[in-house]
Amino acid sequence: MSVKDKVIEIIAEQAVLEPSDVKLDNTLEDLGIDSLGLVESIFAIEEAFDISVPFNANEPTESDFDISSVASIIAGIEKLIAEQS
Amino acid sequence: MKRVVITGAGTINALGQNVTETLAAMREGRCGIGELEMRDVDRLAVKIGAQVKGFEGEHIFNRQQMALFDRFTQFTLVAAREAMAQSGLSFSGELSAKSGVVLGNSGGGMQTLDENYRTVYEDGKNRVHPFVVPKLMNNAAASHVSMEFNLKGPSFTVASACASSNHAMAQAFQMVRSGTAPVMITGGAESMLCFGGVKAWEGLRVMSKDACRPFSANRNGMVQGEGAGVFVFEEMEHARKRGAEILAEVIGFAMSSDAADIVMPSKQGAARAISGALQDAGVNRDEVGYINAHGTGTAANDKTECSAVADVFGPHADRLMISSTKSMHGHLIGGTGAVELLACIMAVRDGVIAPTIGYEEPDPECALDVVPNEARDADVDVALSNAFAFGGLNAVLALRRI
Repeated sequence: MSVKDKVIEIIAEQAVLEPSDVKLDNTLEDLGIDSLGLVESIFAIEEAFDISVPFNANEPTESDFDISSVASIIAGIEKLIAEQS
Repeated sequence: MKRVVITGAGTINALGQNVTETLAAMREGRCGIGELEMRDVDRLAVKIGAQVKGFEGEHIFNRQQMALFDRFTQFTLVAAREAMAQSGLSFSGELSAKSGVVLGNSGGGMQTLDENYRTVYEDGKNRVHPFVVPKLMNNAAASHVSMEFNLKGPSFTVASACASSNHAMAQAFQMVRSGTAPVMITGGAESMLCFGGVKAWEGLRVMSKDACRPFSANRNGMVQGEGAGVFVFEEMEHARKRGAEILAEVIGFAMSSDAADIVMPSKQGAARAISGALQDAGVNRDEVGYINAHGTGTAANDKTECSAVADVFGPHADRLMISSTKSMHGHLIGGTGAVELLACIMAVRDGVIAPTIGYEEPDPECALDVVPNEARDADVDVALSNAFAFGGLNAVLALRRI
């Protein structure tokens, strides 16, 4: 499974949606994922790819990790995998 | 002062997954203690407990709830739903703003602690699930009850080891009696039957390896249980106006502290709590027909408790009944007083006294009517529920038939 498909699967599970219902330009808010859901998704992503995601829930916009859309999350994960492998 | 009545009850414990099943088991004198089923049970010296079997939280709660609910929270919500359904109450407006939830609990999310300590210490992982803290905190259950039923008044968790639930229910009682809250949800829960939980208790060497036999001369210790008991305490006029079914009246309580020893019980501390509850309730000692004992089945507790009862009640001690239902549902630690209150409700409402099962040999130091092995029909006006915790913290509640 590609990084993109896996990330979408994790986000879809959190949003209680089918993966096909998750669009790349969706924001987490569009998908109904709140801050607790986001933290849980990041945990699932870290577990799935064995990476560490630099994200602090106190200042989500200050992190290097861009969570503004599904596409930006996938791009961020791909970059982290490349850096941390 | 307002009068306080119980208009809802719910439970899950080793004897049953609701009040009806639990009271039926108490009437039959059924034992909920059995072989422990858990990981690494072969490394435990104590292999028995009163586990809730055939309960799968996954069948009741969704995935997101399960990510946040430790087993003690699951037990609490199951019991709270039953109690709320029986009460017929729903909370909005001023009723919601003033009503709250006070629950007793000792260990918090022990299953969550145990699993995640394994993850980081045994498995060597450096990452834990993000909800470990909100899942294990002792107030998680009270908070989830407040959210599920829209309770926006005074809400918190009380921890006083084996007296937690009685202290919690005493707080709830005071709030309704004083007029602070029209309704309080109260009781307690515990889920300590995990490897670390049992191993910790083993260390103290007060656990029986075969059975819980309170007051019996051959008793050899306590047996742990798990589960929850939750009640709706409601101001009597509020309950009457809406035609609610009233299970019993809560008429008094007392708390005391031994200020003596961290584990050994004190006759004086227990006696002060019992006599204090009678005084608070405004009842004479000869009105008490039944006491649900703390009755842990340890050598020290049972003789101290009997001696305290004899001191407080004088000649009437030989006429009242005192039983320990821990012989059936085990010791639920912070949740135990809540499940035991059910036996008091059964005594005053149904006229059935739950027995002390496993009773084999009379002990001259426990020479009271302990209702050995078989339930008994009796006409009881007033019942007491004793709880005497490690740390010397005691709380006794008094109920009356309505």
